Amino acid sequence: MSDIRCVNLCRTFHQGDITVTGLDHVSIDIKKGEFVCLVAPSGGGKTTLLNAIGGLDKPDSGEVWIAGKRIDNMGKSALAEMRLNNIGFVFQAYNLIPVLTARENIEFVMEVQGIPAADRHRRSAAILTEVGLEGLEDRRPAKMSGGQQQRVAVARAIVAKPEIVLADEPTANLDSSSAEQLMDLFVSLNKNHNTTFVIATHDQRVMEYARRIVKMLDGRIDQDIPQDPR
Amino acid sequence: MLLNNITFRLAWRNLWRQPRRTLLTLGAMVFANIILVCMISLQFGMYGLMIDNTLSMLTGHLKVLALNYKDDGKIRQSIDEAETLARQLRNDLNRLKNKNFEGESAANNDTEGENNSVKIAVRGKAFALASSEDRSFGILVMGVEPEHEPQVSSIPGLIQRGRYLSDSKAEEIVIGSVLARNLQVDLDDEITLIGSGHDGSFAAAVITVVGITQSGMTDLDRSIAQMPLQLFQETFAMGNGAHEIVIRAPDLSDVEEISIRAQRLLDDRPSLVLHDWDDLEPGLKQSIQADLFSAWFMYGVLITLVAFSVLNTMLMSVLERTREFGIVMSLGLTPGRLGRLVILETAIMGVLGLAAGILIGTGLVAWAGIYGITFPGMDEMGKQFNLPARIYPDLTVFQLALGPSIVFAATLLSSLWPALRLHWLEPVQAMRAAG
Ligand SMILES: Nc1ncnc2c1ncn2[C@@H]1O[C@H](COP(=O)(O)OP(=O)(O)OP(=O)(O)O)[C@@H](O)[C@H]1O
Ligand SMILES: [Mg+2]
Repeated sequence: MSDIRCVNLCRTFHQGDITVTGLDHVSIDIKKGEFVCLVAPSGGGKTTLLNAIGGLDKPDSGEVWIAGKRIDNMGKSALAEMRLNNIGFVFQAYNLIPVLTARENIEFVMEVQGIPAADRHRRSAAILTEVGLEGLEDRRPAKMSGGQQQRVAVARAIVAKPEIVLADEPTANLDSSSAEQLMDLFVSLNKNHNTTFVIATHDQRVMEYARRIVKMLDGRIDQDIPQDPR
Repeated sequence: MLLNNITFRLAWRNLWRQPRRTLLTLGAMVFANIILVCMISLQFGMYGLMIDNTLSMLTGHLKVLALNYKDDGKIRQSIDEAETLARQLRNDLNRLKNKNFEGESAANNDTEGENNSVKIAVRGKAFALASSEDRSFGILVMGVEPEHEPQVSSIPGLIQRGRYLSDSKAEEIVIGSVLARNLQVDLDDEITLIGSGHDGSFAAAVITVVGITQSGMTDLDRSIAQMPLQLFQETFAMGNGAHEIVIRAPDLSDVEEISIRAQRLLDDRPSLVLHDWDDLEPGLKQSIQADLFSAWFMYGVLITLVAFSVLNTMLMSVLERTREFGIVMSLGLTPGRLGRLVILETAIMGVLGLAAGILIGTGLVAWAGIYGITFPGMDEMGKQFNLPARIYPDLTVFQLALGPSIVFAATLLSSLWPALRLHWLEPVQAMRAAG
């Protein structure tokens, strides 16, 4: 069964008189446990597609199905619930909550889900170590480097073990070793929990991990290539 | 538990992101609350005094009058066997009352029994021409029971010179200071009263001035003329009749109950009517209501201003967090939950304002309760409503909490709009906002 299914998605943006194409008849099936890289030049529609899959943005036409449920016509609250329980997001701009510390940012989703405190602390401590942020748990985002913030954002996305992780340029600010560490984390999550990954990236290092590469151009799917991960 | 709650923690920290703005808004709330606590308690304190002082002059809390006497005031509209009826009322009302309070205040009864009992006095009233050696004036002369009158009225306590009436038969009269001046009489001078009696006969008496009262209120001091009831009855051929039975309850709050009981005792005398103080002094409640109305209008303006200041603060704080709200919505927080966060932030502010306002307000009021308050223009008002120059605010939990609670409610209400607006927020758009 496919985990993510997009049918004929179209999305245009209007900026004054100019119409910009975000998505142009995009159809894609992603199965449970797949590890997919979305590759496109800047402006190619990666973020727009991820937003549509996550229910953050409504397509003008077409359908989006997540785990067998159609979501493009859901209401805001239902979509929020769906994201809370099924999807981990890593945004292009890390988008941490400024008044919360690294640990609190990471625990935020679990707390909203109602996971008990002890459980939360255990899991946040573990993930902080895994992304290499031990010792920084009580810092607020403003006191962290871009790379550190990005790792907090990744930790926040995966800590609750969602079915699907949507990551937008997760390695953009990371040095090679951090990037590698992060990708290893993704892969192990993918292997051990059968988590579905859709990662938008320009980064060659990331693409090497993918088992399927979807190339986009001007909002269309240009190529869809299976590949052997390294 | 609550303090560990993520929503509460977020709300609390969000408030202190802009400490100055939060403190200013809070300040407006506290200020309004203090004003409300002080003004409301002062107001109610004043009303209590107004009612008490006015009623304790002559009106009492309840009066038994003959049918139509209130409107016509004719000497013939009298109460037969007035003293007997008064005695009955005195016995019955106090016996019933004590029975009710037996047990719970048996110990108090000995010491406070006097204060707790219902006071009753009989009066006769007649118009007469009062003449001294040089002058004559038409006056309303009152026949009173010297032993009971001081319990229902403050006039006997206003004796400035001389003494009050001593016994029921003595040929004595007590008059107000202005009347004394007008008649050009002093203590021990004689006054001749000429009028017509109950049966229309000629009535006359020569009596000695034994006391002069001064209340400071010209109207009252011009009209007071009190003589012993029995002498009055003889002079005006009243037999054992009189014109009013004044009832004074231990407290304003007892009036209703006493009125019901007294009415029961009067049921077999349909020619008599029981009037309560509102009936007898209709202007009193009206002026209180008028004052209340204008006061609440002012409070309304104040509360609205505070509500708008809160609305402004919350709208601003929501606007500048657009991006952040986009993030948390993207992470899976529903707009409803986000709205509750905004309301919670306001509620925290509101509770702080409520607590600080009540605390400081109570302190001020308590202080004023010890030292009293006086302000310009109070002399004038004092004269009009028989108020002292200093007033002591009245503090009950209701008065204390009323104003601040309304401010709190208005505050919460004003956060509804910013909270509801979140339902229109588009997460992607919100995240693209600068922040
Ligand atoms: N909210 C928006 N309003 C207007 N235009 C938009 C909006 N979002 C995206 N676009 C436009 O849609 C097109 C696709 O944008 P998208 O962000 O999906 O590209 P991308 O592949 O993520 O690019 P990048 O690698 O730079 O992040 C671009 O031309 C972009 O300018
Ligand atoms: Mg993008």
